[in-house]
Amino acid sequence: MNKIADPRSFDHARRRRFAQTFTATPHIVWMLIFIIVPMILVVYYSFTDKNGQFTLDNFKTFFGSDYSTVFLHSICFAFIATVISLLVAFPLAYFISRTKPRTQKILIMLIMLPMWTNFLIRTYSLMTIIETNGIINNFLASIGLPRIQMINTGGAVIFGMIYNYLPYMVLPIYTVMEKMDNRLIEAASDLGCNGWQVLTKVIIPLSSSGIVSGITMVFVPCVSTFYISQKLGGGKYQLIGDAIERQFQQAYNYNLGSALSFVLMILIFISMMLMNHFDKESEAASV
Amino acid sequence: MKTYSKVYLTVIFALLYAPIVVMMFFSFNEGQSLAVFSGFSLKWYKEFFKDSVAMNALWNTFLLAVLSSLISTLIGTFAALGIDRMRNKKLKNAVMMGTNLPMVNPDIVTGISLMLVFVFIGRIMLFDHALNFWTLLIAHVTFNLPYVIMSVLPKFKQMDKHLVEAALDLGCTPTQAFYKVELPSITPGIMTGAIMAFTLSLDDFVISNFTSGVDFQTLPMYIYSMTKKTVKPDMYALSTLIFIVIFILLVIINLPSKEERAIKKKKGKRRSV
Repeated sequence: MNKIADPRSFDHARRRRFAQTFTATPHIVWMLIFIIVPMILVVYYSFTDKNGQFTLDNFKTFFGSDYSTVFLHSICFAFIATVISLLVAFPLAYFISRTKPRTQKILIMLIMLPMWTNFLIRTYSLMTIIETNGIINNFLASIGLPRIQMINTGGAVIFGMIYNYLPYMVLPIYTVMEKMDNRLIEAASDLGCNGWQVLTKVIIPLSSSGIVSGITMVFVPCVSTFYISQKLGGGKYQLIGDAIERQFQQAYNYNLGSALSFVLMILIFISMMLMNHFDKESEAASV
Repeated sequence: MKTYSKVYLTVIFALLYAPIVVMMFFSFNEGQSLAVFSGFSLKWYKEFFKDSVAMNALWNTFLLAVLSSLISTLIGTFAALGIDRMRNKKLKNAVMMGTNLPMVNPDIVTGISLMLVFVFIGRIMLFDHALNFWTLLIAHVTFNLPYVIMSVLPKFKQMDKHLVEAALDLGCTPTQAFYKVELPSITPGIMTGAIMAFTLSLDDFVISNFTSGVDFQTLPMYIYSMTKKTVKPDMYALSTLIFIVIFILLVIINLPSKEERAIKKKKGKRRSV
């Protein structure tokens, strides 16, 4: 009441608030130069040739050659890795969220800890385990079993993706499950739900927001990776990330590389929209 | 905990930690192989401290992480203040969308798009090397900024606005009110943001790979160039050391504080009664 009674102080507060919005100026300028302009450049390069002339050749190359296969490969691999990560992470997050608070803290710390070890080293170490002359095969050979071809297969690439990005699926799902009221689960089973019904009617709807952010957090790095496929796929399984990296680091065809990145961005944009749509729908359904 | 959940947790953690255990184990290997153990030795630890290229890369990584997290925390905190005070919804949404772009985009796209800008500017300014330490620093600040803003902005929203008004009414100047009232309540957010920025910068490889020149190499880039051929076990030794340091830090952070222990004691007593 007092505030309104004194118009001068009200005006002062407004002016102060207005002045404070300008503290965002350095960030906005930085954002325009180093986020927005780069995006515009990607689009510009993908629609021009080496001499700066407008052309659609980059996209023709994309759709007319192996690149579309590479793209489908990437989507397929990332999709499988995301689904398996979800199937593995969901029970994991659930079990962790039902332990004592102190145990939860420790287990979540153990989930995050590997992320602080350089992922190149971890992937390389994984490679030495599954190599033809690696640890598993040496062990098999020593007990008289035949060696198994594990490295340079599609399965190895997918395993590498899951191994690297599983924490990104566990953490958001755990965060929503931790807040979930245990009494709801008890109530559902008291009212006659069996285990499956409790899962599909109570637990999954309540943790949908965590599931959605987990899926995007795993799918995006999986679909754009280029190191995992090189190390564990042995160059046999080229993914879109490898193709982009090659255009920028070896072939120096920035135009084609930009076009590939542009298509990748569109793909991710579409899948995000889809995920958000699902999230809203499930939220509406649960209300 | 039920038995099957215990078994499940054990299996997943075993898989998650297998490569790390292997890495630690072979860092003590006498030979150079990363698959055949020929004897215990601390050779690779000594080797690492003698390896001037690796030590230099480690130093570069820390320098870059400290500088980029400081700059992004400074710009990001003020940005969060400004965004919080914005009345214009459209402007606010536009700024937030732009800010979140590096978080949504795959790293590789952020990396190449920044590279395009740096090469473009380099061409206009006629630089010999378009990519160098400064471009790398700019790239790191850029991908750190959204994380800092994301952790500071909620603190502004949670803050009781009347506290600032009270401070002003009681004779604080606006600047004093900011430092004495607002800053202390957003400090936890700033700390989280700074720590996140620091660790992201330490670990980044993809974006650095596209935005750095030949004269400045960070540790992940050094490791990457090694993994193209064979990795020397001294990198395993270094990673083991880093792992242990982080593990100890996490344990210290998570140790129950004095108050927590006191509460526990009380609870225990109550239960026994």
